[in-house]
Amino acid sequence: MKILTANRLGDGIAVWYADGGWAETVGQADLAHDKAAEDRLEAIGAKAYANNEVVDVNLIDADVVDGVVEPVRLREKIRAAGPTIRNDLGKQAARAA
Amino acid sequence: MYRYDEFDHDFVQARVAEFSDQVHRRLSGEITEDQFRPLRLMNGVYLQLHAYMLRIAVPYGTLNSKQVRMLGHIARKYDKGYGHFTTRQNIQFNWPALSDIPAILADLASVEMHAIQTSGNCIRNVTADHFAGAAADEVADPRPYAEILRQWSSVHPEFSFLPRKFKIAVTGAERDRAAIQTHDIGLHLKKNAAGELGFAVYIGGGQGRTPMVARKIRDFLPEADLLSYCTAILRVYNLYGRRDNKYKARIKILVHETGVEEITRQVEAEWQELKDAELKLPDGDIRAIEAYFAPPALADRPEGDQAVKLARLDSKGFSDWLDQNVVTHRHPDYAAVTISLKGIGEVPGDATDSQMEAVADIAEKYAFDELRVSHEQNLILPHVARADLRAVYDALAEIGLATANSNLISDIISCPGLDYCALATARSIPIAQEISQRFASLERQREIGELKLKISGCINACGHHHVGHIGILGVEKKGSELYQVTLGGSADENTSVGEIIGRGFSSEEITDAIETIVDTYLGLRLNPQEIFIDAYRRVGPAPFKEALYAGEAKAA
Repeated sequence: MKILTANRLGDGIAVWYADGGWAETVGQADLAHDKAAEDRLEAIGAKAYANNEVVDVNLIDADVVDGVVEPVRLREKIRAAGPTIRNDLGKQAARAA
Repeated sequence: MYRYDEFDHDFVQARVAEFSDQVHRRLSGEITEDQFRPLRLMNGVYLQLHAYMLRIAVPYGTLNSKQVRMLGHIARKYDKGYGHFTTRQNIQFNWPALSDIPAILADLASVEMHAIQTSGNCIRNVTADHFAGAAADEVADPRPYAEILRQWSSVHPEFSFLPRKFKIAVTGAERDRAAIQTHDIGLHLKKNAAGELGFAVYIGGGQGRTPMVARKIRDFLPEADLLSYCTAILRVYNLYGRRDNKYKARIKILVHETGVEEITRQVEAEWQELKDAELKLPDGDIRAIEAYFAPPALADRPEGDQAVKLARLDSKGFSDWLDQNVVTHRHPDYAAVTISLKGIGEVPGDATDSQMEAVADIAEKYAFDELRVSHEQNLILPHVARADLRAVYDALAEIGLATANSNLISDIISCPGLDYCALATARSIPIAQEISQRFASLERQREIGELKLKISGCINACGHHHVGHIGILGVEKKGSELYQVTLGGSADENTSVGEIIGRGFSSEEITDAIETIVDTYLGLRLNPQEIFIDAYRRVGPAPFKEALYAGEAKAA
């Protein structure tokens, strides 16, 4: 399965495409289960890049764990949570608060 | 220290205005990312995993208290309350919004700072010995020459689009604390038999995926010829350096492929065309720049000896810190202090906004307003009266920056790694933290003695692992982090590249492996004076391989 991720142009914050917009957390990201869905996400990403909404757009591997979307690679897990050495920073900080 | 002249002020202000305009046009969609990316990189703005990152230049690692206070202000107002001091003597902020960067650059300009040429294929920030101007063993302060190189290399039209980035380091002492042999150009300031100042010139050092020790191409270059000779080197590199392959584009590859004799001949031939022209430095100009770096007036403070003696009796913490983090100054009543940014279990090189402000206060009160950033990711107070050491220690202890571990195993260089960096393949900070905690006991660290441990989270080697006595390189293998160990590297006047000792270790195994290496060293050293690197050079890798892997061989 794939999901679409990028960084927001204005503040650089990591975002994931979910439900028609760019979400600040990965959990509800739109999943592509097949090539056609991947193509659709890629087209959305290309358009958002061209519209100067986001930069560094990528389609990445993801799983669903307990009903929540999670990236597969460690790099993407860290992007989705924040630095592993500072739980008070990044997305995980808001979750803990 | 160097103060901007009118030209510097205008230049930096003009650049802030220009880049602010570019940011506004990018945010409004007038320019595309492809157009903007090279512009932002020329101004130190990267995109990392979580956000943008801003890398700010600290020329030759020298700062005053006003500048450090401003860094604290930026950390608090625009970032998340901390900054990261790097192996390039710079500072990075990990979370700035692009929309805030014009304001940050304006704030920086107000204290004569900027982020120009901290990225891109240009001549980067020139680095220098962090004890410059204070060291008892230097022939002269290397920073005036670093400043001359900074002025010459700033937006140099011929050298702004080199095959690849280009790094220059300068030391003024025989004992190299600036790792000059790991740089594209390394300059060793020395005196000839006639007592004149000049440089031994090294080229082609570097780390990354192809580590190489620089080669000396000239034993003595008169100081007046600094710019003409560097121009000759850059011209040869700019002409012949490879542009077809990013990984073979550094001057080290050119030196290796061309051969040191031939490239020396090319540089010398180019130099003959340049040496007597307008790049020859007039003595008056060198002395004028030197005057900016005139040392502070160090009044005699002979009461220091007695004060230190009493303070030692009063506080074991002070005594330990004095032994480990305080070094001899050229003035006997003074000392140079290393402020460790390597508290046990902390993130190497990180400092909070309030720590930066407090350190600025200490520098202002006790250290003639001067601070340095070392390439080992610590801060330095270069001139402190011995009589004031106890007060400085107490003030540092209050903000958690009095860890007595300079040059010990927990004084680890570590790149940001996969916790922040978009290029990284593995995390490095948590490994540094775990090793630091494993060896937390100061008694044990001192028993081990000087040991330089350096960690990189990818092959680009920002954490200098190739030249660590013990180096650790984190890679990704089959989706997991794997840590390769190299032994026998060093980054001093006897620079060497470490050798890979064997198969890598998982994140769970690596700290045990380091402990095994350290215990093996303790078991085989001739005496406590034989430090790790000397013992390794004497015995080679065999005993360490045996200790790490013998069990496996038997099992197999």
